[in-house]
Amino acid sequence: MRQIAFYGKGGIGKSTTSQNTIAALSETQKVMIVGCDPKADSTRLMLHCKAQTTILSLAAERGSVEDLELDEVLLNGYNNVRCVESGGPEPGVGCAGRGIITAINFLEEEGAYDDVDLVSYDVLGDVVCGGFAMPIREGKAQEIYIVTSGEMMAMYAANNIARGILKYAHSGGVRLGGLICNSRKVDREVELIEALADKLGTQMIHFVPRDNVVQRAELRRMTVIEYEPDHPQAQEYRALARKIENNTNLVIPTPISMDELEELLVEFGFMDSDAEYQKALEADKKAKEAASV
Amino acid sequence: MTYVEDNKELIKEVLEAYPDKAAKKRSKHLDVYEEGNSDCGVKSNKKSVPGVMTTRGCAYAGAKGVVWGPVKDMVHISHGPVGCGYYSWSGRRNYYVGTTGVDTFGTMQFTSDFQERDIVFGGDKKLAKLIDELEILFPLSQGTTIESECPIGLIGDDIEAVARQKAKETEKPVIPVRCEGFRGVSQSLGHHIANDTVRDWVLPKADEYRKLPEGFEPGPYDVNIIGDYNIGGDAWPSRMLLEAIGLRVISQFSGDGTFNETVMTPLAKLNLIHCYRSMNYICRHMEEKYGIGWLEYNFFGPTQIAKSLRKIAAQFDETIQENAERVIAQYQADMDAVIAQYRPRLEGKKVMMMVGGLRPRHVIPAFEDLGMQVIGTGYEFGHGDDYKRTEEYIQDGTILYDDVSGHEFEEFAKKLNPDLIAAGIKEKYVFQKMALPFRQMHSWDYSGPYHGYHGFAVFARDMDLAINNPTWSLIENPWEAK
Repeated sequence: MRQIAFYGKGGIGKSTTSQNTIAALSETQKVMIVGCDPKADSTRLMLHCKAQTTILSLAAERGSVEDLELDEVLLNGYNNVRCVESGGPEPGVGCAGRGIITAINFLEEEGAYDDVDLVSYDVLGDVVCGGFAMPIREGKAQEIYIVTSGEMMAMYAANNIARGILKYAHSGGVRLGGLICNSRKVDREVELIEALADKLGTQMIHFVPRDNVVQRAELRRMTVIEYEPDHPQAQEYRALARKIENNTNLVIPTPISMDELEELLVEFGFMDSDAEYQKALEADKKAKEAASV
Repeated sequence: MTYVEDNKELIKEVLEAYPDKAAKKRSKHLDVYEEGNSDCGVKSNKKSVPGVMTTRGCAYAGAKGVVWGPVKDMVHISHGPVGCGYYSWSGRRNYYVGTTGVDTFGTMQFTSDFQERDIVFGGDKKLAKLIDELEILFPLSQGTTIESECPIGLIGDDIEAVARQKAKETEKPVIPVRCEGFRGVSQSLGHHIANDTVRDWVLPKADEYRKLPEGFEPGPYDVNIIGDYNIGGDAWPSRMLLEAIGLRVISQFSGDGTFNETVMTPLAKLNLIHCYRSMNYICRHMEEKYGIGWLEYNFFGPTQIAKSLRKIAAQFDETIQENAERVIAQYQADMDAVIAQYRPRLEGKKVMMMVGGLRPRHVIPAFEDLGMQVIGTGYEFGHGDDYKRTEEYIQDGTILYDDVSGHEFEEFAKKLNPDLIAAGIKEKYVFQKMALPFRQMHSWDYSGPYHGYHGFAVFARDMDLAINNPTWSLIENPWEAK
């Protein structure tokens, strides 16, 4: 059984990318998705529903996870992909990180991992605390794919996730499988993400172009693979799926410092250099002085 | 070599067992007192060195176990998983008068018993429900304090919001105490946090909460006993003495005290503070806000009792001063008899002490009244001002050890060969197995009271029982065993 995880900044299109990729992978393998996001939106395109009943919401209702049966929270979705969501507290209370730990322990104890070829974790945002690192700890997910785009915060998050992987690379054996660029149609996006991948010691495993068919499929709570199986965008996800299937380029990442990241952005014109910044401040000051005279 | 030099050499030897870094850190916490060294030459209130055995507790222990816990007619909730509350249950012998479970709750243990669900989803709802249930089960409770355990601070529960809401609904005080155990270096921060909740949550509403006793008129002799936790009934002989010299004790905060007494405190003319370490904060606040002065007193042993009574009486008029002299004279014969009985049996005996808030200094004169000598002393969680206050109590050559480790204490004891070790439960059996007489100075070894004239008689008897127990001659200490 292979275990992979998708990480990435919130709103980057992580759940969409992962579900489309999983849909493509399910054409050849038996797959299970474990959603690790309190929003519980990692399986909706598989189940065609808003949000499935989560482990933690049911546990809260019953008293504890010991009161749950696996089949109450494990559903079969598109192409028999097994779907489960950890769920979590409402925003601003409790500890979502602990929730993920609880949920994954429950799945393991209940044998949810039996007879699947591939498990995919879909994890919210940045690796903000130990709980969100759960899927990469203790030999759970061995391969991490970071969904990113050519935007500063997405790249910042990608670098942070690489730091999280590095932390556990030696104890748990987790490796970085590559960056998936989910295009935002930013200038020189491919070059930028390839440059970042190079700095992190990994590859840009695939460039997923932007296409409105993704939104049209989402509106129907479907993946593109299901909605328009022959659309070129579906072929893109299949290509990504095949690359992941055959990926042998698994590395211990080499995260970079904030300064290095900024240099990269300056190089690609996303940010001005410190000298430019000082110049701009000077210009503002002069303009102000001129106005006051 | 002189005694001072010998002991300095001993400290060096004891430090040799440590790795360099630890030795350097610990060396600052150990010294030999020499006259004129106003802070006793030791650093204090610093993080314990990882790897050593320290006796310290945590902020929760300081806030719940020490300051708030003894307020007898309130319910004090150990908010979080069950262990902190369960294993600290009845940890201190804060005696009180009342019907437990009806109008007083001192020896009971209340906990929100956090489960995984409460961590993941937050525990505010459970806390609110718990307070509702307490109101039904214990309608005579005069309020609630919520002592946070570590996870509450980690998951960021809003216990203040729950406290405000429930105070409104129950029309009783509900006080959130953010005493998560990971805060600070010892229980000392917990004392401070608890004092701050009195400042922020109790005193501003004191007028609203206060129920004046019938016919109560403020008087010129009104005082509060602050920071006597009534261990083994200590506050009672103290109160008797203060009343005997003509003062009116309107509040005991917190030993054997009620919530109403807590809100009576601003009406007093003087705060008499027993445990300076744990309660100086609120006394300083009352001084600033209400102009109430405060005075640290010491009721251990007749010498200090007389000195303290005179110091207290000097704050009042001649009537009180005359009363003080009369009371001191009145007990003179009793004290002479106690000393005549025990001093010959204890004369010249050497003591090493290590306790908490005030006792490492305050008990020294009681030993000296019995002809004994304290050759080493130290605080578990003292600050610089405690060591400054210690100076007047000790002599040249006394070893000072701050937050002493298991290794240091044992090695000092082996080399200095005291006749008695006076410390806590964590040290007791180690030293007894070394064939050293031992008395617990936190709990009075389930005896007491030790305060006041009555307490001194008990103290003298207990020290004699420990030191002159024939059992000790039957045990060889291990490092001298053949």
